[in-house]
Amino acid sequence: MSELTPSQTVGPFYAYGLTPKGRAHWDPDGTYSWKETVGDNLVTPDASGEKIQIVGVIRDGDGAPIPDAMLEIWQADAQGRYAHPRDPRAPNASFKGFGRSACDKNGEFGFHTIKPGAVPGPDGKPQAPHVVVCIFSRGMLRQIYTRMYFPDENNEGDAILALVPADRRHTLIAKKEKDGVYRFDIRVQGGDETVFFEI
Amino acid sequence: MSLIYPIKSLENYPKHLSPGYRSTIKRSPTKPLIVVPHTLSELTGPVYGHNAIEDGDNDLTTMGKGEPLGERIIVHGHVLDEDKRPVPEVLVELWQANACGRYVHVVDQHPAPLDPNFTGAGRALTDKNGYYKFITIKPGAYPWGNHHNAWRPNHIHFSLFGHSFLSRLVTQMYFPGDYLFPFDPIFNSVTDEKARNRMIATFDLENTVPEWALCFRFDIVLRGREGTPMEEGAH
Repeated sequence: MSELTPSQTVGPFYAYGLTPKGRAHWDPDGTYSWKETVGDNLVTPDASGEKIQIVGVIRDGDGAPIPDAMLEIWQADAQGRYAHPRDPRAPNASFKGFGRSACDKNGEFGFHTIKPGAVPGPDGKPQAPHVVVCIFSRGMLRQIYTRMYFPDENNEGDAILALVPADRRHTLIAKKEKDGVYRFDIRVQGGDETVFFEI
Repeated sequence: MSLIYPIKSLENYPKHLSPGYRSTIKRSPTKPLIVVPHTLSELTGPVYGHNAIEDGDNDLTTMGKGEPLGERIIVHGHVLDEDKRPVPEVLVELWQANACGRYVHVVDQHPAPLDPNFTGAGRALTDKNGYYKFITIKPGAYPWGNHHNAWRPNHIHFSLFGHSFLSRLVTQMYFPGDYLFPFDPIFNSVTDEKARNRMIATFDLENTVPEWALCFRFDIVLRGREGTPMEEGAH
């Protein structure tokens, strides 16, 4: 019998605690200040690979932007290695692979990062390059997880995508907006609802 | 052996759609979530070291020019996994309203005073025993627009990392004996009473500091337990 501490919503006022330097304008007069531990720029000077931007808008069941959502991303480096003790292939750079973005009043979020490489999959075959996305918001009592894949990579044979109904897979594949900029719009609910994972 | 993260452990989490909390109605997925195996992408997660925080980040009463108003309290406890083993080096982030029930966020327009000496944000890193400690001010209750005469019970927001991205937790700590509990749809979104009570801190007289501050204990259990070799292959 598990005795987990239950999840509760992040609420509307998280920004000064979690993303104090982010794009949520919680303190327009600059009265308060708080240091940032996790930001939306994951790039470190020593990280190799292609520098990219991830941008997007998150929308609710009415198609209205969600201004008080927060996104976190977790990803491997350009060589497909995770900066974590469970991955034995220790990265050789300070690239951590973790970022956090508040949304602005238009529900827009964004990250500067490195394009991840393919990572080991459950069946011994590599998974297509992807970013794990975790969403928090007022109105969400628990976080929801999804994944962002890349339109210019070979996503055939990815073991996780294969579990997603074919007609919904496109919700997990970013659009290339221009060189180095990938758009990943998220629809929490509705006709073209983004695929979310129970993990 | 390494940690596993059974989905079954989440059975007492709130449902995504919990209509008593109105904002969940348009912000919860309506299509079934897709169950997928845990790969290296899920079984890893951000790791923090002591450079993530600085001395004093866990004392919310000494960050202004003067002392904040309100009831000074100590909030401490252990971060544990599902086997009740301590989880060391967990980044614990906290944010809360001031003693009057007002957040410094510009969107909060509750007509209660702000406190120039209180922002309401802090951070700590658990030690090798999974222990963390904050010094803060007891937050006030405040009204919100969910329904007529809706008030949130006093609470402190917590954000924690753990051994993997699956053990990520955002929750709220409540205070024992709050008379607003029966009326709060967020608190009651956890429908199992025992699970709900795990979000309530206990008053800790033993660690209350005489002539200085009341103490509350809040132990937090994150996802992750030791699996048998057979379980590790199947999720």
